[in-house]
Amino acid sequence: MTPVSINTGRLRSPFYPRLAELDSLNTWHNWAGYSSAEALYCEDMEYFAIRNSTGVFDITPMTKYRITGPDALDYLNRLVTRDMRKIKPGRVAYAIWCDDQGQVIDDGTIFHLREGEYRLCSQERHLAWLTTAAIGFDVTVKEETAEIAALAVQGPTSYSVLKNMGIDGLDSLKPFGLIHHQIFGTELMVSRTGFTGDLGYELWIDPDKAIDLWDALFAAGKLHGIQAIGTHALDLARKEAGYLAPFEDFLPAETTVRTGRTRSPLEIGMEWLVDFNKDNFNGRRALLKEKAEGSTWRLVKLDIEGNKTADHSYIYADDKKNSDEIGFITSAAWSPVCKQNIALGTVRTPHGKPGDNVWVEVYYQREMHWNRVMAKATVVDKPFWFPARRGMTPPAPF
Amino acid sequence: MKKYDAIVVGAGHNGLANAAFLAKAGMDVLCVEKNDYIGGAAVSRELYQDWKYSNCSYVCSLLRPEIYRNLELHKHGLQITPYGGSVQFMENGDYFGSYHDPEAAHREMARHSKHDADAYTRYSTDTMRQCRLIRNFLLRTAPDPTSFKPRDIKELMLLGNKFLELGEDRLYEAIRFWTMSVADYLGEYFETDVIKTALSGSGIIGTALGIHSPGTAYVLLHHYMGDVDGNVGSWGFARGGMGAVSNALAGALQSYGGEIRSESGVDQIIVKNNRVQGVALESGEEIYAPVVVSNMDVKRTFLNCMDEKDLPASFYNRIKNFKIRGSSGKLNIALDGMPTFPALPPGSELIGHADMHFIDSMERMERAYDDWKDGTWSKDPYIDCTIPSAVDPTMTPPGKHFMSCFVQYCPAQIEGRAWTSEERDAFTKSVIDQISNYSPDFKDLILHVETRTPQDIEDQIGITEGNIFHGELTMDQLLFNRPVPGYAQYRAPVNGLYMCGSSTHPGGGVMAAPGANAAREILYDLKLKNTVPENFGDD
Ligand SMILES: Cc1cc2nc3c(=O)[nH]c(=O)nc-3n(C[C@H](O)[C@H](O)[C@H](O)COP(=O)(O)OP(=O)(O)OC[C@H]3O[C@@H](n4cnc5c(N)ncnc54)[C@H](O)[C@@H]3O)c2cc1C
Repeated sequence: MTPVSINTGRLRSPFYPRLAELDSLNTWHNWAGYSSAEALYCEDMEYFAIRNSTGVFDITPMTKYRITGPDALDYLNRLVTRDMRKIKPGRVAYAIWCDDQGQVIDDGTIFHLREGEYRLCSQERHLAWLTTAAIGFDVTVKEETAEIAALAVQGPTSYSVLKNMGIDGLDSLKPFGLIHHQIFGTELMVSRTGFTGDLGYELWIDPDKAIDLWDALFAAGKLHGIQAIGTHALDLARKEAGYLAPFEDFLPAETTVRTGRTRSPLEIGMEWLVDFNKDNFNGRRALLKEKAEGSTWRLVKLDIEGNKTADHSYIYADDKKNSDEIGFITSAAWSPVCKQNIALGTVRTPHGKPGDNVWVEVYYQREMHWNRVMAKATVVDKPFWFPARRGMTPPAPF
Repeated sequence: MKKYDAIVVGAGHNGLANAAFLAKAGMDVLCVEKNDYIGGAAVSRELYQDWKYSNCSYVCSLLRPEIYRNLELHKHGLQITPYGGSVQFMENGDYFGSYHDPEAAHREMARHSKHDADAYTRYSTDTMRQCRLIRNFLLRTAPDPTSFKPRDIKELMLLGNKFLELGEDRLYEAIRFWTMSVADYLGEYFETDVIKTALSGSGIIGTALGIHSPGTAYVLLHHYMGDVDGNVGSWGFARGGMGAVSNALAGALQSYGGEIRSESGVDQIIVKNNRVQGVALESGEEIYAPVVVSNMDVKRTFLNCMDEKDLPASFYNRIKNFKIRGSSGKLNIALDGMPTFPALPPGSELIGHADMHFIDSMERMERAYDDWKDGTWSKDPYIDCTIPSAVDPTMTPPGKHFMSCFVQYCPAQIEGRAWTSEERDAFTKSVIDQISNYSPDFKDLILHVETRTPQDIEDQIGITEGNIFHGELTMDQLLFNRPVPGYAQYRAPVNGLYMCGSSTHPGGGVMAAPGANAAREILYDLKLKNTVPENFGDD
């Protein structure tokens, strides 16, 4: 028997050869075991590709599960907090799933690929939980992360790029819709989804055809400003869109050791994803109780005065002395597109209602020296960046 | 004849730590050791020329960083190098590896079971939660739950608060955890035999219990609650072998003016009018001090070195019934080169650098225990095999290796009587044969073997039945029940007599916490300034 050997280093996505050609910065980090580029040539320019033309980001490392079987829908409905019956074939749902205590295990997207056939994508790996939650259902949950190569194609010209590639059906493809397209002798799945809050798509294909897809995409995008991007650009875009990052804005319950550090969906602004009208789902009892008794935490989007980025700042109540500490910032950035000082944070209820003012203690460094300001901030309830093009169907060519 | 402020009996690492903190407080301290070397079970010995053997303990993680820092052990030569990884060789020719890098570890686990690879997240989170709870109490004296002294009440409240902080659901989890078996605990997360087997080993190391015995989940914790540089659960090698820990503690002790006398075994602890007077050595010499601290296990201290008439009868009886059953043996092997392991891919980082185990099923683990219950050594044992010389260049000449094989199970006596030399040889053979099954050139590379049955360990370093923890780590013998209820605060029922060995809270392992905690209590009684550091906060 020849010894079995595994790759004990970082995996490379099927797009790696193309990314490596474009990379001039050599800054890669670990994403679920894969090498993922933080930036390829210039973080700032990559960000503006998302907002001004088209940025392409390799999302192959995203954990993917195929969920099939007669009870697939019932299973998902028991797993996640929202009502999956409303998600018809060809539609995609953003969803949250909880443990028995109603604490968030993770968030992710569920693609209703075809009648009764689903794909669940998430940041973390959950096969153990997905299997545990399948008890009593005639359903198959199969991990398929490495079997699908995927790209996020995001930005105002993304529609034109894909159209130019010969993909049909884009004109009627609404946000959170998906279509199947035959290309390179295989099936390409195109979903109008993304993590940037802009017009954008995600492409899903057999890894053997990954390079063909990349080449066709970049050829089609040549005149539309297509650029490959890294995680830093994406992270800035997601903050502008008000999207949460696990381990920053909330902690997946299964990884959280300390009591009181997990969050319920109600505490991270996801009440709209919890449907108490449907039958039993995991965490329902605990969440009903929390709804009746009140939550401890509230996730807030903050518009902060001034221009000093409020990373890791404490948040204080808007009272006489501003000394009542009520929470902390979890993600912060200067938004180039909004020209706003933005942040996501967590505060203790009843603080943080939309329209409330709070104070943020910002430490910032200028030429080695540290300074401190107390900056006033307003709680907003809409994403910071929500352009009309994001929802337009058909999209404009821009 | 010189009179000391305190005499510590035994220069094991806990005795040395205890003496160091007393000396640091300005006391005139003498540490007497029966052997011609110090360290007890934390020792490096040259038993084969140019080879250093960590011939008892072999890996370091539990040593309290607070003590390391406070006694400036780095100045006295101590250095701990982390190492990672383990491998489980399988009968079908495959292996299950575990890697330092979490992604590599996940990938390898997924090769055996994708479910289990993902389940590991919750397992390690849940286990870490239990670790964090117990870690609060390592450098504290266990409170006496029946006492109304303000100190005890304060400590009890702290204990209570730490439990309550867990919240209701997790409080139940904790209580279950402390009493359940490691097999049941693992069964709640994993479905794959080899993965469960790999993780179950830590539940039975040094323990006269099987993987299905209640209480073994806690033993698992005892192997996870340590840390190397804040990485909880990591293990490391002491550069120069485990003796480096004891030597550094001895260096600290001497730097504070303390003395060590080796080859000075204590025959009797002298007591008059329920007050300790000093010790009588085996040579007949008597040395006097108002404080005597025993680093020996409690059975040796109270049953062998004292007159039972000086002790309360029920205490004596409880000590007699203290569970300290020998269950582990050891082989220390000098190798002419690195053995090959054909199951592993060439160049694998696991070769030499990982903890190796040659058992792959829960069934085999339990059968190994059955042999022990039958009064004999495991014919198909659980071996925790490391090659410290692959990491530490000071252990052997270049290219040569020292292999440490910790063997579970191995009884203190064979069917109730002493080991014969044929049986020792047969025990040695079962270990070597098991390894040879996975390494064809292993036998040919052997230059020297030291075999240590629990009987040998008892004869050489005086641990009753050779029990590695100076008494089993089950709930009835932990915290305020260790060693026995009512005497968990290091004070013996004789004025001036204290206990500082691993029979006391928080138990065995190269931790130095019992020694340090006992010093805190002694200094408290003497109204001297405390020199023992507090737990680093971990919130
Ligand atoms: C085989 C084995 C492997 C182990 N592996 C590990 C490991 O890898 N990692 C780990 O953390 N722990 C390990 N342990 C456990 C750990 O080594 C012990 O729990 C710890 O070293 C005990 O320290 P101690 O100071 O309490 O007692 P001891 O080390 O037992 O010290 C007691 C000292 O007292 C002396 N003494 C006894 N009687 C007398 C007398 N009458 N007069 C004078 N002196 C006397 C002895 O010689 C000895 O020096 C292992 C133990 C063993 C036996």
